[in-house]
Formats: sequence, structure tokens, C-alpha cells
Amino acid sequence: MSKETNFIFNQTPQVLQKKKYCRFKKHGIRYIDHKDAEFLLKFVNEQGKILPRRITGTSLKYQRKISVAIKRARHLALLPFLADGLK
Amino acid sequence: MNTNQYETVIILTPVLSEQQMKDAVAGYRELITGNGGKLVHEENWGLTKLAYPIQKKGTGFYHLFEFTANPEFIKSFELAFRRDERVLRYLTVKLDRWGVDFNQRKRNGELRTVTPQGEKVVVKKKVVIEEEEL
Repeated sequence: MSKETNFIFNQTPQVLQKKKYCRFKKHGIRYIDHKDAEFLLKFVNEQGKILPRRITGTSLKYQRKISVAIKRARHLALLPFLADGLK
Repeated sequence: MNTNQYETVIILTPVLSEQQMKDAVAGYRELITGNGGKLVHEENWGLTKLAYPIQKKGTGFYHLFEFTANPEFIKSFELAFRRDERVLRYLTVKLDRWGVDFNQRKRNGELRTVTPQGEKVVVKKKVVIEEEEL
């Protein structure tokens, strides 16, 4: 292989994707409040569905807690079960 | 006697007047204290809009009780809600030690609401727990 091609292959991609992280682990949050609808809104899409872990980057442990918190908030009519254009 | 810390949120009908609402809340407060429970905290959110209609009502009076009580008491406490037509919804949650800690710090105003990145976040606090407590 010539030097030129080698140079091309070793190039780093232009846009490096920022690594996702679990915000609860990073900030040391241990408890997720189901009364704080504004905060839970971050883990819900426009229709009010719970966002998957692969999008939010949350660890499994806290994803479970979020999903419980969102369901509790829904029961208390703090979050809608179904919505149109929540955000 | 074993006691746990609980947190109850109830939604009362908006049909009630301010005084009736206060009476209803006072009734439940007495129910807690009269059965060996201890009120830790109470919050009245006032007339709040519901995310979806419940029993054809768009608003409701939210009230929060935080108390310590016997596990047996919860059964009768929730039964009272089910029998009461003024209560649209109720939710009782047993608080774990993180929940107790969180609520206490929230009351003391120790929670930072927004980080520089614009994320709503709780201030990190080192919690030292003895091995026996775990």
C-alpha cells in the first residue's frame, strides 16, 4: 500500500459524536421525584411516550426508576397518558 | 413498632369551596395523627390543572402529606379515600432512604434547579451510611 492511501485511512472522522452518559450517575442523583413533571418531561417524547435508553443515555437502573416515576405522574394527572405536541 | 415514611398525594374535586377543601384536608390530617402517625410535611398546591380530565373535571385541589406511620394504617387510610367522593385520585408511596433525604433537602431549599448546561439536577451530596443501615 502506498503512503497516500494509508494517510487517508488513518484520518479521524470530521464530526466526533459526543458520548452519551447517564445524567443520574454523573450528578449522583439517587431519587427521582414523581411530582416534578417538568423534569420528567425530558424523558418523554412529544406524544408523551417514554423515550428509550438508547436516546437519553440513561443507565438501566435509572431508566427503571424513570419509567416508574412517569407512570406515577400520569396517574396523578401531572403528565398526560397521550398528548399531541407536548413540547 | 416498625414505622415507615410515606408520601401521599390526593386530588380533591374542584367543586368544593375553599373552606370545604380545607375541612376535607383537616379530616385526613386528623386521621393520620389519630392513628399513631406523625406528620412530617404538608403541602397544598391549590387548584391545579389536570393533564387530562378525571370524572369530567379539568382541575383539582392537590394536597400532599408526608408522614410516618404503621404499614397497617395505610390500608385504612386508602380505604377512606376510596369511600370519599371528594377524592378524585390518590397515590401513596413508601419513601426509601433516598426519598426521605431528597424531600428533606427539597424543603431546605438545598436543591439547585438548573446547571450551567441547562439541565435540571440535584446537587451532589455525600451521604455516609453505616453498614448496618444497609
